[in-house]
Amino acid sequence: MKNAVRVLVAVMLVAGVAACKKKAVKQAPATTDNTTQTQTNPADTSGRYTVDSLDTDACLRQRVVYFDLDRTEIKSEFQAQIACHAEYLRQFKGARVTLEGHADERGTREYNLGLGERRGNAVQSALGSAGAMAGQLNVVSYGEERPVDRGHDESAWAKNRRVEIVYTSAQ
Amino acid sequence: MMRIRHELLLFLLAAFALVLPAQAQDPLKISVPEGTESATPIAVVPFAFEGAGLPPETDVADVIRNDLARSGQFRTLGKNDVVEFPVRGADVKFGTWRMLKQNYLLIGRVADAGDGALRVEFELFNVASGSSMLALSMTGQRTAMRDVAHQVADLVYEKILNVRGAFWTRVAYVTSVGTGQNTQYALMVADSDGFNPQTVVRSREPLLSPAWSPDGRRLAYVSFERGNSSIYVQDLSTGSRELVSSSKGINGGPAFSPDGTRLALTLSVGGNPDIYIMDLASKRTTKVTNHFAIDVEAVWTADGRSLVFTSDRSGKPQLYQVPVSGGDATRITFQGQYNARASLCCDGKKIAMAQGSGNVYRISVLERATGTYREISTGSVDESPSFAPNGSMVLYAATEGPRGVLYSVSADGRVRQRLVLSDGDVREPAWGPFRQR
Repeated sequence: MKNAVRVLVAVMLVAGVAACKKKAVKQAPATTDNTTQTQTNPADTSGRYTVDSLDTDACLRQRVVYFDLDRTEIKSEFQAQIACHAEYLRQFKGARVTLEGHADERGTREYNLGLGERRGNAVQSALGSAGAMAGQLNVVSYGEERPVDRGHDESAWAKNRRVEIVYTSAQ
Repeated sequence: MMRIRHELLLFLLAAFALVLPAQAQDPLKISVPEGTESATPIAVVPFAFEGAGLPPETDVADVIRNDLARSGQFRTLGKNDVVEFPVRGADVKFGTWRMLKQNYLLIGRVADAGDGALRVEFELFNVASGSSMLALSMTGQRTAMRDVAHQVADLVYEKILNVRGAFWTRVAYVTSVGTGQNTQYALMVADSDGFNPQTVVRSREPLLSPAWSPDGRRLAYVSFERGNSSIYVQDLSTGSRELVSSSKGINGGPAFSPDGTRLALTLSVGGNPDIYIMDLASKRTTKVTNHFAIDVEAVWTADGRSLVFTSDRSGKPQLYQVPVSGGDATRITFQGQYNARASLCCDGKKIAMAQGSGNVYRISVLERATGTYREISTGSVDESPSFAPNGSMVLYAATEGPRGVLYSVSADGRVRQRLVLSDGDVREPAWGPFRQR
């Protein structure tokens, strides 16, 4: 199930970048539902997002950042994604994410653990500079151990060189 | 007339022996892709069973023949090309074996030794001189005949080559079966030829980087069962294990020191992966490398004074050597874009590594004295080389179609054998140390 979601997220990514730009000019819902029992802390209603935005907001639903071979720089096309997650984390101080770093199969497994961590750290520092707090972010590297595509060609490798933004707490 | 015909038949058989590939035997498959002119010809005659009841399941002579062949040091006479079946020295007609151009001849027999045990008696001859080089017997349980056969092969190897044999050793490796959430990982231990596989650890999370203790009693390995990578040391005979490292960040690449008291490992608790050494008794760690690069995959030199590791401090991964006390690391590899995962042998005279160029990764062996490299694998994603303890062979992981498989290859790269060990994906081989009888 988790994998199915990951694949869905990956598929939505291309459409999502465009959608996110549109979203940026929309008004966020002005109020939250006060009857929701799970909402123990009043959300910062001045912000754009509600907790539901993680499921509904086109930009926040993008949770995979892809990388070039042997590279750890975040490409410009992912800046919008980083910015909206940072904004969400700024708004919901209790939210926590694990940044799961991955590499493609080329190269040794132990080196790829290092590479996955470097990518996770790159996303962590980008989220940090955009306003997320260090305590909200955790990096775990899986190296090449958890490919989304088990193929042995560039299209598979491109999908596997990634950082997945996984929310472990939404608010 | 009769005699001439006999000789003609032998000649034809010998000619066929050059054409026919070695008999394929499940789960083993030997391929000899290139000539082995320099390999020594040896005939292993099927051992006669002289006990009561049924012969053992294991064909002792087959196991020995297979061991000698895959070492690359010997060219074994095919089983079907053996035309005479001497059981004792008095039965041997050396002329036959000279005509078959054999340098050495091994004969033997298996007999009851009481209490269900069997005794394997064997004798090795120099064909040219007709002299006996070695005559011994070895006793073992009926179910342990593969162990006995590997030990006989080790003795024959050592007698002829003056190098200790490493057939009676074990290998560790990781398998993964299934996909996605249903993937099941296992850390396995098997005989050096892939037989007798045993599951040592089973997990739903990735396992990697098994490393043997010098006495062969423990394995250190990396497991993701706690969510993040962590390192365990497990006793093979009891199955009990100890979590030795679960710091924040990466806990990877364990390697026992030659005296077994310390573990080299990779930790990224300091912000990026560096090499550390842990004292196993106190669990105290000291940092060996201190660089913003990725430093991983440390292995010990035989004297225990240095570590060889992989670092991308020059841009791409290359091998470096550093004293265990820390200090400056010296770069070892300069040829090839990508050199990683060192395996040392022969007092550090040779280093096997995964050498990458573009999308192709193969195993290469560096002779340190001359600085020359020899490519010993032929795949496109070959990795994780591991030397046999006598340096005669290298075990490595390859990808064939969708699955990972293991190969053993002679250190000169000429004789290759695929070990078919599991239905799933097989990788991360680690060749264990010599065993004590």
